[in-house]
Amino acid sequence: MEILISNSSDKPIYEQICIQVKSLIMDGTLSAGEMLPSMRALAKDLHISVITVQRAYEDLTRDGFIETVSGKGCFVAPQNKEWIQEEQLRIAEGFLEKAAQIGRAHGIAYERMANILKLFFEE
Amino acid sequence: MMEKSSITVKNLYKKFDGFTLDHISFQVPRGRIVGFIGENGAGKSTTIKLILDQLKRDGGEIQILGGPNGSCQQKETMGVVFDECKFHPVLNAKDVGRILSGSYRTWDWNLFTQYTKRFAIPLNKPISQFSKGMKMKLSILCALSHKPQILILDEATTGLDPVVRNEILDIFLEFIQDEEHSVLFSTHMLPDIQKVADYVVLIHKGKIIFEEKKDDLIDNYGVIRCRKSEVPHVSPKDYVCSRETDLTREYLVRDRGIAKKKYPSLMVDKASVEEIMLFYIKGGAK
Repeated sequence: MEILISNSSDKPIYEQICIQVKSLIMDGTLSAGEMLPSMRALAKDLHISVITVQRAYEDLTRDGFIETVSGKGCFVAPQNKEWIQEEQLRIAEGFLEKAAQIGRAHGIAYERMANILKLFFEE
Repeated sequence: MMEKSSITVKNLYKKFDGFTLDHISFQVPRGRIVGFIGENGAGKSTTIKLILDQLKRDGGEIQILGGPNGSCQQKETMGVVFDECKFHPVLNAKDVGRILSGSYRTWDWNLFTQYTKRFAIPLNKPISQFSKGMKMKLSILCALSHKPQILILDEATTGLDPVVRNEILDIFLEFIQDEEHSVLFSTHMLPDIQKVADYVVLIHKGKIIFEEKKDDLIDNYGVIRCRKSEVPHVSPKDYVCSRETDLTREYLVRDRGIAKKKYPSLMVDKASVEEIMLFYIKGGAK
């Protein structure tokens, strides 16, 4: 599992791990049932504290991306990727709706809004 | 903290002429690395000596792996490293191993030999010809070779170059691959703490100032920086402590997210462990 930690990022390290594991799962690099490195091993590899990795694994478990089998380790949870994507899209739609409302109410042109979204996307 | 603990210090009290360790409490949970920080003379070494039963306490309680400290069996469960190499300079590594193998029932020659190979420590060269880094590595590998559950280091990384210090951090992380193991280390090298410690305990003038998860310190704490001429209205209940230079005024805040929202016009930075420590020790009252 290849994970890069940036020290200058504004995002906490546990969040960086979380995001990267999620995208590894979503793009198929990690497949369902695959075993993740133990928290302690990953902490050692990344040269960070165990609690940080623990927090990331807890969040991934909470979001349904991984499962912990006690005494055995952590595994990628079987899941329906399309369903997850659909879920996330629904959340994004909610935000976009709000943005559109603000734009309409204050006379901000659609193109300006769209450009901002494009900018964030390429970030 | 409701984790199983390796070391529990409760209301520990020790009085010397001119210095008092004032009813301190903290714990080292199993499977964790705890960084113990503070100025010279703050009470770190005194606390560690009390834990090791090298000093008699005047009050309070110390529990090691669930039992009161001080027994011989218990001492075998602890690997201890001090800031200087205590081995006699005319001895070589093999002699040191031979002496220690007689002192610890749990001594493991195989492990000792493996470690000396890994850290490129010559077995037959007198210690007087060792560099500082080699001496420290020898001390640490000796502490590990009797298979302790707890590793305690008192300023072991002070004065070592970054490469050796990094190797030592590797050893810590490797050591706690076993969930029952834990590490308590005091150091002035705060970047080391920032890298690998799970918890940070700050002691100042014989009192514990805080015992926090390192991630909470790094991810939540922040520093508001502003020009003195601006005279901002940062409410005293929003910051922990402040400090001033000729031109600037800075405030340490527990939650930089909240601070950013409340004071959008001010600069709110991340705070390193080093800055947080300086604030608590050097920072003025509100």
